[in-house]
Amino acid sequence: MALAKITEITGCGIHLPGDDVDTDRIIPARYLKCVTFDGLGEFAFYDERFDGEGREKPHPMNEEQFKHASILLVGSNFGCGSSREHAPQSLYRFGIRAVLGVSFAEIFYGNSLQLGMPCLTLAKEAIEKIATAMKQNPETQIRVDIAAKAVTCQGEVFPAGLPEGSQSSLVEGRWDPIGELLDNGGGVDRVIGSLPYMN
Amino acid sequence: MKRNLFEKVWEAHSAGRLSSGSTQLVVGTHLIHEVTSPQAFGMLRELGLGLRCPERTFATVDHIVPTNEQSEPFSDPLADEMIRELRRNCKDFGITFFDLPTGKQGIVHIVGPELGITQPGTTIACGDSHTSTHGAFGAIAFGIGTTQVRDVLATQTIAMNKLKVRRINVNGYLAPGVYAKDVILHIIRTLGVKGGIGFAYEYGGEVFERFTMEERMTVCNMSIEGAARCGYVNPDETTFEYLKGRPYCPAGEDWEEAVARWRSMASDAGCFYDDVVEIDACDIGPTVTWGIHPGQAVFIDENIPDPDSLVDGDRETAQEAIVHMKLAAGQPIAGTPIDVAFIGSCTNGRLSDLQEAARFLQGRQVSPGVKAIVVPGSQLVGALAEKQGLDEIYRQAGFERRSAGCSMCLAMNPDKLVGDQLCASTSNRNFKGRQGSPTGRTMLMSPLMVAAAAVTGKISDAREVFGVTNGASV
Ligand code: SF4
Repeated sequence: MALAKITEITGCGIHLPGDDVDTDRIIPARYLKCVTFDGLGEFAFYDERFDGEGREKPHPMNEEQFKHASILLVGSNFGCGSSREHAPQSLYRFGIRAVLGVSFAEIFYGNSLQLGMPCLTLAKEAIEKIATAMKQNPETQIRVDIAAKAVTCQGEVFPAGLPEGSQSSLVEGRWDPIGELLDNGGGVDRVIGSLPYMN
Repeated sequence: MKRNLFEKVWEAHSAGRLSSGSTQLVVGTHLIHEVTSPQAFGMLRELGLGLRCPERTFATVDHIVPTNEQSEPFSDPLADEMIRELRRNCKDFGITFFDLPTGKQGIVHIVGPELGITQPGTTIACGDSHTSTHGAFGAIAFGIGTTQVRDVLATQTIAMNKLKVRRINVNGYLAPGVYAKDVILHIIRTLGVKGGIGFAYEYGGEVFERFTMEERMTVCNMSIEGAARCGYVNPDETTFEYLKGRPYCPAGEDWEEAVARWRSMASDAGCFYDDVVEIDACDIGPTVTWGIHPGQAVFIDENIPDPDSLVDGDRETAQEAIVHMKLAAGQPIAGTPIDVAFIGSCTNGRLSDLQEAARFLQGRQVSPGVKAIVVPGSQLVGALAEKQGLDEIYRQAGFERRSAGCSMCLAMNPDKLVGDQLCASTSNRNFKGRQGSPTGRTMLMSPLMVAAAAVTGKISDAREVFGVTNGASV
């Protein structure tokens, strides 16, 4: 399967402060009633963006100047809770292409990577600095350099965390491993053959 | 070399190393449900792929099923579409489906164990984070995303990185009125909701040795709430006794062989752990969450913390929690009025949970103004509860008895909180909006504590309400 090589993501940012943001908040369960992921973008953070009558509440994602943002800035343990891939899917469909945070929940991290939406870790101070820059000017460009594991904003370079394996799979266009998983049929047969409960 | 169970299972299921450095791990048992699988089947069809091992995938329907009126079509057209889609996918791809008319339907994490599909020394994946429940049997069981569901369907494998293992020993005796639910809430409170990132939790010690399988499941279920992707207990005689005679378990000569194999998968004495944590059982009291994540919990006789007294990071979340929960910092948690009482979910919807609460509810009445519902985790649990007369006890106490499903654990079926109702709940997540109303409030606790809240109309110490002196099972 030929996948795009993701080496760099550049765009405007959007900052959602707070730690331990769970996937129920990213996409409330009632919007999981669907059989495709299409259209989930509108429901990202729905209950934080809209009131009971569907009226907009003050929220960065409702602000015109952030609507074309492609880089999301978050706190620690982002994406904890449910394994619902609907969460990263809704952010991706909102237009997000990379997430920068202090730390991420594991399942969310893996789901996002497999979608081609990398999550990189950044020091808290770096996130705050970039967030301040964006507040002053929403058009501020953020450059996420996957190959160099660095984020650049207003000329300042911040080192970013990304596990080696994730990095290589992004830059080499292997972030969805299905091709490789299918290729190793023989290896899989051998393991299955050795496990009595699978035969 | 001495190895722990995680390492043994990992090695036995590794099919190779991928170029990313991840392991290609064989998934022995794949469980699916209606919420996280339809898109995966869509991707399979798009790629023109079939199923690698259809006989190793088992399906049920749980999240969207209404628990009162189950005649079809369901009143919610989206829910109806989801169950029909699952039926179609199971039929097209030859997957066993424990559908509503089978008498075996229920929450996926209750169905797998009770049918004997969940077995020691295996790998189990499901598009659901509470797959960690199955670790109670000494399986390495974890939640996956939908694209990974596709991977398992197509290849019976996923790409995964090896986890570290933290051994958590709970020694000593639990006091009467203290349950498995309190043990895991206490562990999460102690180690934090981020504490388990990168780890599998191995639970052990005297308390776990004495625990029944159902109690072990309650603890393993919530491993993910402490950020551990999986949690497990080493298989022992309790495990084998539970599994013997279950429909999907080996029988006859194969049984002895299976038990020997399972026994050999347990962690070797003196093996290596990346971390070891010791907890004294007598330090654990009946626990209640006051916040918006499961780590924000106190014992029933403690006060709601003052955010200002907490460290950076915890403070902001606590402030947000106090506002959302409409509580006063520094006040006792006991006495908080409740609107709804919910006994059910994959954490506490098994027979022993229903039995334990019923034992004390006998002859008692739900407080006026409290809506109380009891939802068995599976049709089999429901049938047993009825046979044992539990339904009648719940009915007389003023609880509504519902049909099996996830019900009020999350907002995907008609059971939901309304407005800012406060729910005393045996489920596993107290996230904002989790139970269906964006302003709804959830407090997590054991079934007995929910029963006590139901009869008093407020968060109460079940030991006092019911005069518990010998209520604990261990
Ligand atoms: S009972 Fe709750 S936690 Fe368990 S599977 Fe259902 S929705 Fe998920």
